[in-house]
Amino acid sequence: MAILDLLIQYWPLFLQGFETTLILAATGFLLGVAIGLPTSILETYASKIVRWVAIAYVELIRGTPMLVQLFIIYYALPQLGIRFDAMTAAILGLGINSGAYQAEYFRGAMQSVQSGQMDAAISIGMTRAQALLNVILAQSLRLVIPAWTNEAVYLVQYSSVVYLIAVVELTGIGAIIGSRTFQYVAVYSIIALIYLATTLFIVKSSHSIERRTSIPGLKSSQEQRV
Amino acid sequence: MAALLSYLPYLLTGFYYTALLTAGGLALGFVIGILLAFAEIYLPAPVRGVAAAIDQVLRGIPLIVMFFLIYFGLPYAGITFPPAVAAALGLGLRSGGYQSQIFRSTLQSIGTGQLEAAQSIGLGRFDAYRHILLPQAIRLSIPAWSNEFTVVLKDTSMAYALGVSELLKQAANIVAITLEPLQIYLVVAAIYLIASLVINRGMNAIYERVKMPGLGGGAN
Amino acid sequence: MKGVSLKIDKGETKVIIGPSGGGKSTLLRCINLLIRPDSGQIFLDGEEITGEHVKLSEVRTEIGFVFQHFNLFMHLNALQNVKLGLTKVKKMSERSAEARALAALQDVGITGDLVNHYPAQLSGGQQQRVGIARALAMEPKVILLDEPTSALDPELIGEVLRVMEHLAESGATMLAVTHEIGFARKVADEIIFMADGVVTESGHPEELFLKPKQSRTKKFLGSITELYGVSREDEN
Repeated sequence: MAILDLLIQYWPLFLQGFETTLILAATGFLLGVAIGLPTSILETYASKIVRWVAIAYVELIRGTPMLVQLFIIYYALPQLGIRFDAMTAAILGLGINSGAYQAEYFRGAMQSVQSGQMDAAISIGMTRAQALLNVILAQSLRLVIPAWTNEAVYLVQYSSVVYLIAVVELTGIGAIIGSRTFQYVAVYSIIALIYLATTLFIVKSSHSIERRTSIPGLKSSQEQRV
Repeated sequence: MAALLSYLPYLLTGFYYTALLTAGGLALGFVIGILLAFAEIYLPAPVRGVAAAIDQVLRGIPLIVMFFLIYFGLPYAGITFPPAVAAALGLGLRSGGYQSQIFRSTLQSIGTGQLEAAQSIGLGRFDAYRHILLPQAIRLSIPAWSNEFTVVLKDTSMAYALGVSELLKQAANIVAITLEPLQIYLVVAAIYLIASLVINRGMNAIYERVKMPGLGGGAN
Repeated sequence: MKGVSLKIDKGETKVIIGPSGGGKSTLLRCINLLIRPDSGQIFLDGEEITGEHVKLSEVRTEIGFVFQHFNLFMHLNALQNVKLGLTKVKKMSERSAEARALAALQDVGITGDLVNHYPAQLSGGQQQRVGIARALAMEPKVILLDEPTSALDPELIGEVLRVMEHLAESGATMLAVTHEIGFARKVADEIIFMADGVVTESGHPEELFLKPKQSRTKKFLGSITELYGVSREDEN
């Protein structure tokens, strides 16, 4: 069978591509958290000007395609003297893009935490910062898990876009093996299956994480599409 | 500035294809979405399972991979499509998966009461779906659907991988000549942004017009 | 609110009653500065807390607040709820914080394994008592209670009222907004009637309930006397 032969012959390449995909998705996700969490806090609690900047960032990124953002980082910034290698540009692009979406998810989660929690925290003498850290965040991080799952899946899938700026991840490997064997359909079928399996794994894991961190007595949030 | 104006026609041609791809993808996605949603909720277990599996697959494969599968795969079935059609198909399939989710959740929020009422006056399941449940579900889905609209719009940029002359490809072609990527790509970003805003505003206006009085709803 | 003046001495218990929307909760929330009053001054123990350079978070450690909807920290169990202010705000050690928290919980009748339960696992009455313990553990100078039993099922109100009565009788300085006339009659040193943003009448419970002077007060009391057990004979 064509597919089996391909797998046996080329599995190191598939593995390599898969590894790169995972690295891209993971670093993009982490960068997204690092950008998104502070942004959501700024969007909600900061002074007017800072809030405006944060909101502008979120709206600009969410309103434009990721590929365009990637092109700007990789092809356009050199015009200003800022040069990144393809892999760095890819991670930056994924991270900055993810950050904007994650900011929205966090913001939604923080707003879902009842306002009474903040009132109670400051009533026992906490400052807003303390309240955020000790009360609001602990709850909103749990609420954001479903959205985070979607984001992780999204990143794994959209990491394929970096193929178009010549980063060799799983989809890129497909092009390479395809051009050698001309078995395009078989090759991409294998790749599709790998992506699918990864997606399913992420979703299953998140359900178990959600169960493990759930607050006793409270029903864990269902498929929250924020 | 003058240079920019001279390239505008090319960008507009690109945008035209982008719009076509978006429309085609959304339309196909709509049909697939409502059919899958129906199957996943109202049909017996084995069919439900198959529909759910199809759903997962459509949402679990990256768009570019789908493009390649269709583009390289279809010739084996004896059909050759130009890249643009392959792209529209890919967009439509992916969107179908996500739209089925939207409709599924709004249908579930409508509940079974009305279906039972419909059946008790003799309507079959599919007819009840067509005349009673779907019209409501579509209205309630508009906010989430408007989001999907902009997602498909932005995803058309990936048709670049198949060489389709949509907006981004045209922009890249222009950049190859002018060597001024910053200017062109920022303009392109602005075009997408404006298009997104127009879509959101438009959908909001439509939602205000057609929503059922008293029911705010929204699939979010 | 259209001009309210109020004074509570140490150890006194005062109760505010009146129709909804009359400004009672707003007043309470102004006192611990959850809402900033547009004009006027508030003094705690002789010091003005509405001043410009006052550190709000410090002031609030002296004012205890009990909420209508409990507002317990959902992600923490009862003991942790009460401890949080002690460790993070008062900077007490784990050991002393835990001891004080357990004592406060005991005072409100939450003992044994109950202290390890999470809010979602507790009944409304238990949650509110934890809320009171949380406020008490901070050893505030005054305790504000904003309709503490209004969100409770009828059979759970009693346990909370008993805690509140015990509190009043042990010399706490309390200001409560409530509809529980029985409680007010029992422990209040003064009843304050608020409607439409002003205090229209105030006085000793016996006076106000049996011989209300203002028609507004009479109207309000008339509509609730049957509910709250002040019988017709008493009125004469």
